[in-house]
Amino acid sequence: MTKSLRIDLVLTLLALACALLSLGLGPAHLGWGRVLAALAGRGDPIAETIVWQLRLPRALLALLIGAMLGGAGAALQGYLRNPLADPGVLGTSSTAALGGVVALYYGFAAINPLMLPLFAIIGAFAGLIPLLLLAARSEGPLALILAGVAIATAAGAGISLALNFAPNPFAAVEIMTWWMGSLADRSFLHVWLALPCIAIGLGLILLEGRALDALTLGEEGATALGADLRRTRLMLLAATAIGVGGAVAVSGAIGFVGLVVPHLVRPFTDRRPSSLLIPSALGGAALLAAADALVRSVPTLEEPRLGVVTALIGVPVFLHQLMRARRQW
Amino acid sequence: MVRLESVSVTLGGRRVVEGVGADLDGGVIGLIGPNGAGKSTLVRAIAGLVQTEGGILIDGVSVASMQPRDRARRIAYLPQGQIVHWPLTVERLVALGRLPHLAPFARPGEVDMRAIGHALERTELLSLRNRPIDELSGGERARVLLARALAAEAPLLLADEPLAALDPAHQIDVMALLRAEAARGATVIAVLHDLTLAARWCDRLLLIDQGRLLADGRPAEVLTADRIGSVYHVSAFIGEAGGEPLIVPLSHH
Repeated sequence: MTKSLRIDLVLTLLALACALLSLGLGPAHLGWGRVLAALAGRGDPIAETIVWQLRLPRALLALLIGAMLGGAGAALQGYLRNPLADPGVLGTSSTAALGGVVALYYGFAAINPLMLPLFAIIGAFAGLIPLLLLAARSEGPLALILAGVAIATAAGAGISLALNFAPNPFAAVEIMTWWMGSLADRSFLHVWLALPCIAIGLGLILLEGRALDALTLGEEGATALGADLRRTRLMLLAATAIGVGGAVAVSGAIGFVGLVVPHLVRPFTDRRPSSLLIPSALGGAALLAAADALVRSVPTLEEPRLGVVTALIGVPVFLHQLMRARRQW
Repeated sequence: MVRLESVSVTLGGRRVVEGVGADLDGGVIGLIGPNGAGKSTLVRAIAGLVQTEGGILIDGVSVASMQPRDRARRIAYLPQGQIVHWPLTVERLVALGRLPHLAPFARPGEVDMRAIGHALERTELLSLRNRPIDELSGGERARVLLARALAAEAPLLLADEPLAALDPAHQIDVMALLRAEAARGATVIAVLHDLTLAARWCDRLLLIDQGRLLADGRPAEVLTADRIGSVYHVSAFIGEAGGEPLIVPLSHH
């Protein structure tokens, strides 16, 4: 078995183990026997309802969204040739979050549960427009990063404004809690909404693996190797908007997965950007499933928000990376 | 066969290359001229990386009209001061040279692996093949990047200052490698600054100054004391040592 296949297999098993673990956790104490019986379709009705209607969609969403965030992080780090890049750096997560907040603020979210994710996806695409306009003139990654920072800042200001002018404290809390990211109370409806977005997003990313490898030699080097960088840019921006937009739409903003996971798996790869894509997606799935299991197992009254927990896991890892920054990644 | 038909390049409103015309067919062709003469820009133009006026034809096909992958299969380009963004191993980096030859999603096949192995062997990098590039010395890195260009096995090799950062022994090795590429049938165009090496190893020299082609011919015809004086603003000793040409710049005037 090749080295790359081995790491993929290990990460797949890890992700599945984390997801399985999270199936056993929740406010209702079921015990593993009942959970496994329910999964197999031979459990009691209560256990089956809890496992199939509440816990399974949640575990699947953690895997899907984690995979998207990890894969997008790896792709963007390769594309921008910047180890600090993540889906947030292009402002996509922020504009998607702003879309969601708009849905909450103006009450669209109360009309239909699908309105919130729909608005978030619209937000992700709307964020692409200024990005493409601002970055269209130059080939370099710096313009994209700066444009992304500007867009993220503007979207963040918009979210703050919504909190600022919230009609009542409950509305502000509703916006805040959604924004901090969570997978609580999600259903298969959300899975079916996120799945196509994430499948398209990850698919587009995998198509560009070879161009990312060529970019190891810089833009001109990649062009000389026959890469079509305009296409690559368009594909990756679309992948991020569709995939991360779809992910943020159902989960709210979840930070640090896209930044940290590529760093965690990179030492186990041959460091080609393309060889990082699948391990990062699998690692992201494992990390988010683990984080979602963690938020349900801490004995607090209110479940801690998922975005908070991933950041709490992410920051020490990130700092560790910074300490070792003398070595190039 | 590379045909340059009155090639001009304008960068940022400034004419950097002006009406260069030449037929380049086989051998090692040295591009020489002072800093800022437009040598690198001309090489990038031939590689299809900058917009040009006039025509650049390879085997009768215009570079501008080629599909990117087709162009990459015909032209291997070794830029000056190549940055490598990720610490790949030597072998993985050299393998990048095969990208234009791979079908979508295909792994490198037998032909590719042979080309990679051959390039590593010729640049004496076999023993370093599993080392990450960021752990190598400047000279070793330069050889790896050259090996990457050789692995493409393209009929046209463009090398922009392939001797920079190399000690004399490795300079000679690289020039010998470029000669071997030419012997294999490739056309090699190299930007050079060392006039003695250029005179000794090149079949033909193109002298560029202020974007224009000043002289084109055999080294002994191009490198006259008068020309070196007027283009480089130095007086130079031109002689022979052991039957090989020797050019020593003496003083800046």
